[in-house]
Amino acid sequence: MTPRALVLALGLAVAGALPSAADPLGDALRGAELFERQCKACHQIGPGAINRVGPRLNGIFGRRAGALADFTYSKSMARMGADGLTWTLETMDAYVKNPKALVSGTRMNYRGLKDDAARGALIAYLREFSDRPQNIPEAVPTARRSDRDLDPAILALKGDPEYGEYLSSECTTCHQADGSDQGIPSITGWPEEDFVVAMHAYKQKLRPHPVMQMMASRFNNDEIAALAAWFAKLD
Amino acid sequence: MTLNRRIFIGSGVAATALLSAPMVRAQGKPRVVVIGGGAGGGTAARYLAKDSKGDLDVTLIEANKTYTTCFFSNLYLGGFYDWEKLQHGYDTIAAGGVTVINDTATAVDRAAKTVTLAGGQVIPYDRLVLAPGIDFKEGSVPGWTLADAEVMPHAYKAGPQTQLLKRMVDSMPQGGVFAMVAPPNPYRCPPGPYERISMVAHVLKTTNPTAKILIADPKENFSKKALFEEGWARHYDGMVDWIGPDRGGDVVEVRPGSMEIVIDGEVTKVDVCNVIPGQMAGKIAALAGVTADSGWAPVHPDSMRSKLDDNIYVLGDSSAQGDMPKSGFSANSQAKVAALAIRGELLGARVFPAKYANTCWSLIAPEDGVKVGAAYEPTPEKIASVQSFISQTGEDAALRKATYEESLGWYAGITADIFG
Ligand SMILES: Cc1cc2nc3c(=O)[nH]c(=O)nc-3n(C[C@H](O)[C@H](O)[C@H](O)COP(=O)(O)OP(=O)(O)OC[C@H]3O[C@@H](n4cnc5c(N)ncnc54)[C@H](O)[C@@H]3O)c2cc1C
Repeated sequence: MTPRALVLALGLAVAGALPSAADPLGDALRGAELFERQCKACHQIGPGAINRVGPRLNGIFGRRAGALADFTYSKSMARMGADGLTWTLETMDAYVKNPKALVSGTRMNYRGLKDDAARGALIAYLREFSDRPQNIPEAVPTARRSDRDLDPAILALKGDPEYGEYLSSECTTCHQADGSDQGIPSITGWPEEDFVVAMHAYKQKLRPHPVMQMMASRFNNDEIAALAAWFAKLD
Repeated sequence: MTLNRRIFIGSGVAATALLSAPMVRAQGKPRVVVIGGGAGGGTAARYLAKDSKGDLDVTLIEANKTYTTCFFSNLYLGGFYDWEKLQHGYDTIAAGGVTVINDTATAVDRAAKTVTLAGGQVIPYDRLVLAPGIDFKEGSVPGWTLADAEVMPHAYKAGPQTQLLKRMVDSMPQGGVFAMVAPPNPYRCPPGPYERISMVAHVLKTTNPTAKILIADPKENFSKKALFEEGWARHYDGMVDWIGPDRGGDVVEVRPGSMEIVIDGEVTKVDVCNVIPGQMAGKIAALAGVTADSGWAPVHPDSMRSKLDDNIYVLGDSSAQGDMPKSGFSANSQAKVAALAIRGELLGARVFPAKYANTCWSLIAPEDGVKVGAAYEPTPEKIASVQSFISQTGEDAALRKATYEESLGWYAGITADIFG
């Protein structure tokens, strides 16, 4: 029995009734309000939704990132999709929380929704318009992906640029030091925090690229900070 | 102009004329001499000069004025990459403070710590970096010697051999036979022969669809085999016949005079025969006395320092280091570790722990790219693989296309990293 099924079964046994109809992700009604205020200027969802500034969001879960044939995505989003990024509870949660952490060059001009409950509500709402809700594991409200959140102490680390310069020679076999990007994205001149968040997203395997997952996984927190410090200086 | 004259000392007359010039220009500065300006040596020379900010006297000895990368030379065969784009000069390396000498090193005197060049020059060193790539083992393919390479090219050192092989493939008679003798392990670029087969098959499919491809292989297994076999079946159905040792692929003879290949006693007349012989470290490594019986030069896993001479480092294909494949990516990665170790020794630079990495991309058909890679760390015995990944069979077209595009980015990245 999966942990989730176990939780449900226990719930049934204790309450002696069907679990509440409320979405364990959060309150979809509240999500609808949030969507109205924060998303609707660019995205449509629901019957008759079409692409606007952003792609329509019906059926988003279970879909590859950048997969709508009739929408022109940013280069970064298309690349992430080709790398294998698929919208699941986990990846959507990370994206809504901090879009640039998951897809660095996304055109989505949205700061991100940091509040866990609000995000859960929004995702619960989005999910109502997906054909394949089974792709989202039903999670108890406490099963937030908070273990994937970056410890503020990691973000606060001061990188040693000299060490970063040495480590960077591992990166420049593929990523060009002068910032050219062709087939492989540029990593120079990034704000340090974005760099750190992105590397940890690879390390946690939230971002799909296998070479980057491998490279990121062998750097410890100080080394990632050092790399961020070094590449931030290159422009 | 003055700069060019000082930096590009050709072999022959020019070099002889310069013999009277003072041998050592920068007395007092530690001297590092690098032999071989390829993926390993080019990177090492450039990083040594850049990171020592003038405190080291770095000399690069390279036989050719222009380096043709083996990497992407298969794509050239397949018509996916221009010849000119495979060529790289040494101007940027020289401008970065490296004295580039275009000549061949013919001897290393380890006691005197000097290198002798074909042009007669004798160059002293404090540390020597050997990165001479590979040479071929004579007699490894019965019936073939290096002198036959004009008839049955190896095309495994990029240059005129690659162009010759392309001309041969492009002018094969309709319904003709292309044969390859694949090399035994270890050899440079483990997926290289099979990427080449894919590229030849792509050309033949478009221009000569009834042609056949034969591969005689002494190995039961090869890099990315499942991916290549899937790709050959999908794109070139029925064209490629891979003959492994179970079918006698390890019992081969070639007859350059009559353009025949004999596989396990069976004689086949062929139109093109690409012989990729067994390999060993570039000859100068053996002349320097730093190779083992295997023909490769054993090195310490944490620094690429020769196990046979503390003043010598061996990089890239020539080295025997453990798990890393012989690739341009590996050579580039190893060069950075060695450059830091040398700066640490000679200049007291801060030395960080060694980390190595490799990824090899291969193209199977248009926009159908695959890759294999790993991260490595030194253990007391060897450079050991600590993590790896490989493309999967059955991947969708978008991912394969992205992988191919990434390989183009990698080529641009690594050549900029080495040659500027
Ligand atoms: C068909 C093919 C495809 C490949 N594809 C890839 C790929 O996609 N990715 C990848 O990473 N690798 C690839 N490789 C492998 C890669 O080319 C080699 O592993 C890499 O070049 C090794 O670097 P190196 O520095 O050891 O030797 P090299 O790059 O061969 O450099 C050696 C240099 O030393 C010079 N030299 C030798 N002896 C002397 C001397 N006595 N005096 C002066 N100069 C000397 C030579 O002229 C040469 O320039 C491929 C190889 C082949 C054959």
